[in-house]
Amino acid sequence: MIALLTRDLRLAIRAGGGFGLGLAFFLIVVTLVPFGVGPEGGVLARIAPGILWLGALLACLLSLDRIFALDFEDGSLDLLATAPIPLEGVVSVKAVAHWITTGLPLVLAAPVFGVLLHLPQAAYFWLVVSLALGTPALSVLGTFGAALTVGLKRGGLLLSLLVLPLYVPTLIFGAELVRRGANGMDTQVPLLMLAGITAACIAVVPFASAAAIRVNLR
Amino acid sequence: MSIWEYANPKKFMQTSSWALPFVTVGAVACLAVGLFWGFFLTPEATNFGSTVKVIYVHVPSAMMAINIWVMMLVTSLIWLIRRHHVSALAAKAAAPIGMVMTLIALITGAIWGQPMWGTWWEWDPRLTSFLILFLFYLGYMALWEAIDDPDTAADLTGVLCLVGSVFALLSRYAVNFWNQGLHQGATLSLDKKENISDVYWFPLLLCIAGFVLLFVTLLLLRTRTEIRQRRLQALEQRERMA
Repeated sequence: MIALLTRDLRLAIRAGGGFGLGLAFFLIVVTLVPFGVGPEGGVLARIAPGILWLGALLACLLSLDRIFALDFEDGSLDLLATAPIPLEGVVSVKAVAHWITTGLPLVLAAPVFGVLLHLPQAAYFWLVVSLALGTPALSVLGTFGAALTVGLKRGGLLLSLLVLPLYVPTLIFGAELVRRGANGMDTQVPLLMLAGITAACIAVVPFASAAAIRVNLR
Repeated sequence: MSIWEYANPKKFMQTSSWALPFVTVGAVACLAVGLFWGFFLTPEATNFGSTVKVIYVHVPSAMMAINIWVMMLVTSLIWLIRRHHVSALAAKAAAPIGMVMTLIALITGAIWGQPMWGTWWEWDPRLTSFLILFLFYLGYMALWEAIDDPDTAADLTGVLCLVGSVFALLSRYAVNFWNQGLHQGATLSLDKKENISDVYWFPLLLCIAGFVLLFVTLLLLRTRTEIRQRRLQALEQRERMA
């Protein structure tokens, strides 16, 4: 499994495109928002938590279709499916690789982008915490969407239609956590809910993704 | 005699062609009487005025929107576990009906909300979760359309329906947490003393029955169409092989 993880990471870094593209997309979203709503600091500060979460979510979505598509095309997904490690494990490793290449950079870069949006001082800590807790769920749910659409020619648009509704709970609790942190309110409830959703996704969703891949490889 | 007999398409076609006229007549009768009674023969409510009459379309369609998804969940499970084709086709046939019901509930809700709350749309938990349910219906139908092989499509949409159910439920409660709403609480529960008064209750019951029968009618019709389409495909394939 570790070999698979290093292989996926190496492919993502050396093939170019995937790595860093999500970050650039995130930056563009954050840059465009002030053009849309005006440059006043007060307004930006109020909507910053939501914008940062939305940007992270969309940047994550951007690279989802690459999770299985390339392996499916060159046949290595068939090999992985017949390999001794269970397909559920393969899916989990893919999710981890996706998180390291897109989720983790977003978590690290988000505070910098927060500055651009006048995010209140108190919120930076909660922004990083919420993204660190929430983005793994986005990656794992993404593998499910990617697994459903892996055999399709133009799966990209369908993929977003399938995955985005699944992101709703994570987005709600993630953004709520940052908002409460920014206003100095009690953060325990959204924090626990967000962590719970992520933990449940990591535990359950790989089974659904593996089932979908088995159907697609049949 | 068990319910699994109807997993046989032939048996299903026979029984449904026998049952179809009855449910159609039942649906038309219930809806005609219920809606007429509700629209013209009930008094106007205090505080609500004549807008209360939207209830006869709004509540039944909202109930059906949720129940149809539950029915799709059950039929998807039957397909995934016992692999009865009729079950998968029934789920496929139900999805557009459910989507339209959700849309009707949203639109009538907007029409009711405008005079009562002074706004067409409000990010109220129930409205929001219905919008999310609508998106789930769209995704489900789009996935059916996108995949060519019928068995693969049935499997994948079945899995999507299972996962989607969990997340639709989760979103429902997440949304509750996110915003407190304007919607009134349940007024139709069977165990509560404070229900709406009988004058509105009986026509509403009739309308709900009408919507259920309407759904069964459309479902039978659409499932029969799907079965015939599947047969046609099989025949064409055999022709090509020969």
